[in-house]
Amino acid sequence: MSKYHLDYLEQLEAESIHIFREVAAQFERPALLFSGGKDSITMVHLAKKAFAPGKIPFPLVHIDTGHNFPEALEFRDWLAKEVNATLVVRKVEDTIQQKNLTEPRGKFPSRNWLQTYTLLDTIEEFKFDACIGGARRDEEKARAKERIFSVRDEFGQWNPKLQRPELWNIYNGRIHKGENVRVFPISNWTELDIWNYIRKENIDLPSIYFAHERQVIEHEGQLVAISEFVQPDASDVVLTKQVRYRTVGDMTCTAAVESTAANLDEVINEIIATRISERGETRIDDKVTEAAMEDRKKNGYF
Amino acid sequence: MDLLRFITAGSVDDGKSTLIGRLLYDSKNILIDQLEALEKSTKNRTDGSVDLALLTDGLRAEREQGITIDVAYRYFTTPKRKFIIADAPGHVQYTRNMITGASNASLIIVLVDARQGVVEQTRRHSIIASLLKIPHVVVAINKMDLVEYSQDVFNNIVIDYAEVAKQLGLKNVTYIPISALNGDNIVDRSEIIDWYDGKPLLEFLEEVDTAHDIDLDNARFQVQFVIRPQTEELHDYRGYAGKIISGIYKRGDKVKVLPAGLETTISKLEVGGQEVEEVFAPQAAVIQLADDIDISRGDAIVKTEDTPVVSNELEVLLCWLDDKPLQAGNKYYLQHNSRLVRAVVKSIEYKLDVNTLQQQPVEGGVKLNEVVKATIRTASPLVYDPYDQFVVNGSAILVDETSNSTVAAVLLQ
Repeated sequence: MSKYHLDYLEQLEAESIHIFREVAAQFERPALLFSGGKDSITMVHLAKKAFAPGKIPFPLVHIDTGHNFPEALEFRDWLAKEVNATLVVRKVEDTIQQKNLTEPRGKFPSRNWLQTYTLLDTIEEFKFDACIGGARRDEEKARAKERIFSVRDEFGQWNPKLQRPELWNIYNGRIHKGENVRVFPISNWTELDIWNYIRKENIDLPSIYFAHERQVIEHEGQLVAISEFVQPDASDVVLTKQVRYRTVGDMTCTAAVESTAANLDEVINEIIATRISERGETRIDDKVTEAAMEDRKKNGYF
Repeated sequence: MDLLRFITAGSVDDGKSTLIGRLLYDSKNILIDQLEALEKSTKNRTDGSVDLALLTDGLRAEREQGITIDVAYRYFTTPKRKFIIADAPGHVQYTRNMITGASNASLIIVLVDARQGVVEQTRRHSIIASLLKIPHVVVAINKMDLVEYSQDVFNNIVIDYAEVAKQLGLKNVTYIPISALNGDNIVDRSEIIDWYDGKPLLEFLEEVDTAHDIDLDNARFQVQFVIRPQTEELHDYRGYAGKIISGIYKRGDKVKVLPAGLETTISKLEVGGQEVEEVFAPQAAVIQLADDIDISRGDAIVKTEDTPVVSNELEVLLCWLDDKPLQAGNKYYLQHNSRLVRAVVKSIEYKLDVNTLQQQPVEGGVKLNEVVKATIRTASPLVYDPYDQFVVNGSAILVDETSNSTVAAVLLQ
């Protein structure tokens, strides 16, 4: 192989960096939507590389549901400081108060869909014209068809019928007042690409991505951690299990996976193993279904 | 492991969905929720077979409204390569969709129904492939099971298509007899098609040599963003960030900044914040120059001994992608990589029939999906190469000033 050759991770990285620089150049007030998960942590890493030795020329914006893992919040604050980025936090709690929204009820009260209100308010408050998100096209059907530069109207809506053709590597970010663009620099990465890149680049992650002991209850085959937001009923059996998280969202609706994977190699091996058990067979075991549920959870944010 | 982007082209009943489904399924790259859908469909079938087309099933909104939302991207990986498939729907607005999907592809799979042979659609797809200069063409002759796996049928189609390929100047054409439905010659070599001694499709995709698709001889770079930290320790730092479009740049290279024409040398090169001796396509890099020159986004940095065309009078092929027709005299923005300039379409010479390649007069405006030869004048010069010689530096888009839509794919001549 010639020394002038990029492997697939280097090609994906180059493409993403190109996209970040287009955003910084084409928009006046971009923002990176930071959820605290591995995808947005990877995006921060890519943004850092795109603008080195300068600092990242846009703030990290976290829409805080108030149901986050403390480990993820701690990591968020550490990371913002580490890369010297401006961190904007806006709380769903405040939107609920101001707008008198109905707080979701139930045993697993998800504020997931309420995030949209807070996000749109935040966009208005800061007049953001581009919001960079960590969604990937391999996640689900709708994403598979969305552009890298995705124009949204003032309600934040995506109109799949009016998408601009996206040709070569030319990104058209021209918009009218009131519109904004959602930009997805890691569109072409798969979950496994992200993990392999995290390993290659030695990117730090919150500790909950690795196996640890946690008190959990079982709900419809899923393991949900006990926390101030999720309390066991009389019928629940509280178990202490060795678990890790595959995605990091709200404590109320993110399930844990039983695991002994304590480092990146072991996590990647487990993911590959899960994929193999998924493959070729038409029967789906509980573990796989659980993973799919977790993956789907992420939709609400964007 | 490297990366191959390809597009599949076929008309509605050529079995494109089944082929993509088969590639994903047999290479064991099924997504979890897709497997659930498959499982359900399999339960309803007495013979236990799997409806592979389900794997590329559209959105609910599409099914309900009977619309097709252009290109879907699909991903799969084998131990040898990561693949990105641009799956463009075969019917409505085909040209627009196919151009969108094909613009980043280095390989196209043209599906031919063995019962139909080379039809108008096949020619149309192939003409677009040749216009866009897709480097590799695979003609997958599908539904071999429906022609009793006949070698004669296959051979006749090869003869017919070779004629098309010759007319269009398509090189690197490979023919593979397949049955997507039964999995013949997709992942594993077909036992029934024993007269075929080539590779099955997936093996071909894994091994096709794409190393030469990237031009390393002619160095092209365009400034995307100027990095100026203006901190105490980096007070005078001025780095030009951009993608190496093609070629290799080394520290000390004599370069010219275009369109201004000023000459200087490269003093420092960086990739991801690390200093390096040389950079190459398609890396995202930062170039620093020895002299303080006024450079902004969209300017090109090239080597003094190898300069591209600098002009504001452009001969172009336009693929029209908008519902609003194009009239000569219309003004647009033209975007060439990161360079945005105002442009006027001065004249439209002829329309290219995408079925026959014949030149036809343009009556009225240029409509959606039409390809025309035109002349464009830009407000400031463009630094480019003819598309035919140099795809990556010869492509641009037109943007409507009022709607902000991308209205045309521009191939610079």
